[in-house]
Amino acid sequence: MSTEALEPNRRDFLVVAGNAFVAVGAASLLWPFIQQMNPDASTMALSSVEVDLSPVKEGQAITAMWRGKPIFIRNRTKAEVEAAENVDVKTLPDDNARNENLPGDEPGTDANRTIKGHENWIVLIGICTHLGCIPKGQAMGDERGEYGGWFCPCHGSVYDTSGRIRKGPAPRNLEVPTYAFTTDTKIKIG
Amino acid sequence: MGGHTSNYVPTSRWGKWLDERLPIARLMQSSFVDYPTPRNLNYLWTFGGILTVCLLAQIVTGVVLAMHYQPSDAGAFNSIEHIRRDVNYGWMLRNLHSVGASMFFLAVYIHIFRGFYYGSYKAPREVLWILGVIIMLLMMATAFMGYTLPWGQMSFWGVTVITNLFSALDTIYPGLGTAIVEWLWGGYAVSGVTLNRFFALHYLLPFVLTGVVGLHIWALHVVGQNNPTGLDIKQPSDTVPMHPYATAKDSVGLFAFLILFAWFAFFVPDYLGHADNYVEANPLVTPPHIVPEWYFLPFYAILRAFTSSFLGIPLGQYAKLCGVVAMFSAVILIAFAPWLDTSRVRSAKYRPIFKWFFWFFLFTCVALGYLGSKPAEGIYVIASQIFTLCYFLFFLAVMPIVGLIETPSRLPRSITDDVLSKGGTGLPTGATAAPESR
Ligand code: HEM
Ligand code: FES
Repeated sequence: MSTEALEPNRRDFLVVAGNAFVAVGAASLLWPFIQQMNPDASTMALSSVEVDLSPVKEGQAITAMWRGKPIFIRNRTKAEVEAAENVDVKTLPDDNARNENLPGDEPGTDANRTIKGHENWIVLIGICTHLGCIPKGQAMGDERGEYGGWFCPCHGSVYDTSGRIRKGPAPRNLEVPTYAFTTDTKIKIG
Repeated sequence: MGGHTSNYVPTSRWGKWLDERLPIARLMQSSFVDYPTPRNLNYLWTFGGILTVCLLAQIVTGVVLAMHYQPSDAGAFNSIEHIRRDVNYGWMLRNLHSVGASMFFLAVYIHIFRGFYYGSYKAPREVLWILGVIIMLLMMATAFMGYTLPWGQMSFWGVTVITNLFSALDTIYPGLGTAIVEWLWGGYAVSGVTLNRFFALHYLLPFVLTGVVGLHIWALHVVGQNNPTGLDIKQPSDTVPMHPYATAKDSVGLFAFLILFAWFAFFVPDYLGHADNYVEANPLVTPPHIVPEWYFLPFYAILRAFTSSFLGIPLGQYAKLCGVVAMFSAVILIAFAPWLDTSRVRSAKYRPIFKWFFWFFLFTCVALGYLGSKPAEGIYVIASQIFTLCYFLFFLAVMPIVGLIETPSRLPRSITDDVLSKGGTGLPTGATAAPESR
């Protein structure tokens, strides 16, 4: 073979440049077609709700809706709070706090999953971290599982009173959404 | 198509005119009239034709249902009731479509097990087989999205559970799974937005499917049909022309199948469904027991077999990922059968050891189907884990090992010899005689 054939020449350059243009063009044309499926502006706009907690007595629970997801809000009894606090985090399947109000990687203590001064309130995204069912435990008389929190009937995941996974196939604790107390009895989620 | 040359002779001037410009009649005649088919095909070979009819039936009933259906959060559930009660013959069209999906899967599963028994996946039919697996995947995607459309409780929660499978990718790269799931949903939960896009895809995929079926039949006509002996066609007397021999047998099989189809559609249209799907979707209440349609149950059982441990092996936070990977591999693995099976003998009729493993594999799949319909607790979980293991061992151990250690029984010299040794007659006589000269 002659050396000329191995040297890149003007034609090689044109072929490579032409193909690169086609590839970039195709990719940028594809982008809108992929992006159109992501949550749209009207869905993103509905991103915060206010909930009045005053009617919820100790031991009771309510479910709010935020971004199409159920939010579990429970006013825990003293015994439930104690049970949640007296757990060695190291023994948990998921030892992360999973709290969107914290920067990340905090240990999953009950204190890290609630807001200081409002420790009786637990606020959770009520979606099982396994495959997305709504766990039972909000209504009176629901099965709550052996840790007194929530029980997911779909594949048997058991959550404790802090919403942490204790047993079953779910990999993570129930997520704590971004929220804040706007008054003593009102929270704003999102 | 294939090595077989056409002997089409146009009978009219118009036929001759067209043949010189677009030889479509020639193609049809050589592919479906005088195409040589093995003379010993049994009724399991009628399912290809049955499947073609199923696909056409789904498209015809689906297109007319789409004229009355509303793909929206508020309208979907009511529009189905409207179809069932108000639209002229809507009840019948809807039943034919929903029962049709089940019948389609029944036929495709029989068709696939036929392939396993007679070694139809082996060389030179690998591409044909892989196209078949692609067809099955497309059918699964289509049926899954179709089942969303009635927007009942099972529809809603079925989609929620299955789309959430992708969130397992969060264990590999945090956030990746969630991003994919929200992209699929078009929101932060399953909603009318999701329903609308699933309807668009449910309308599209059957036509993609039709294209792949075309490739499947093309590949079939290049390599020729397998047959119960698994032997290659060696001489003209091994075959008969497709019409009227195979077409007549296909019709008998098809009509028997249609009787079963009609019985379900007209007498027990909801037998294969779930009562919960007549309750409108409610994002706040999960039904106590989510079960997919029967044809997904074996794969669902494999998914659920991976609880926090598998046969005593702890899986920790990887449990979900393992279940998802196992479920998808259970389907994908089928495509690798041509290379996993080391035996050169195709038909299990001549494979004394493999034959028993085949029947055990069939039993495994039925058992997994049963377990998929039961709650995931106690003994059912353990049984699902054992049968999941059996399922994978069939592909990864039985197929390679049995092929190496087994001594096959004596094969007949040819298809003709096999037929004649069983008291079959020689060549057909009368108007359709002498296929060997074709
Ligand atoms: C591969 C072929 C197809 C399969 C396996 C399939 C499967 C299904 C299934 C399982 C359902 C849910 C039935 C129920 O439980 O009510 C369904 C519904 C529906 N499909 Fe299909 N389908 C196919 C082709 C089509 C086509 C080509 C169209 C045309 C647009 C279509 C339109 C519809 C509509 C409008 C519904 C909602 C009405 C109903 O639920 O009865 N389908 N399909
Ligand atoms: S979705 Fe909750 S355990 Fe599977």
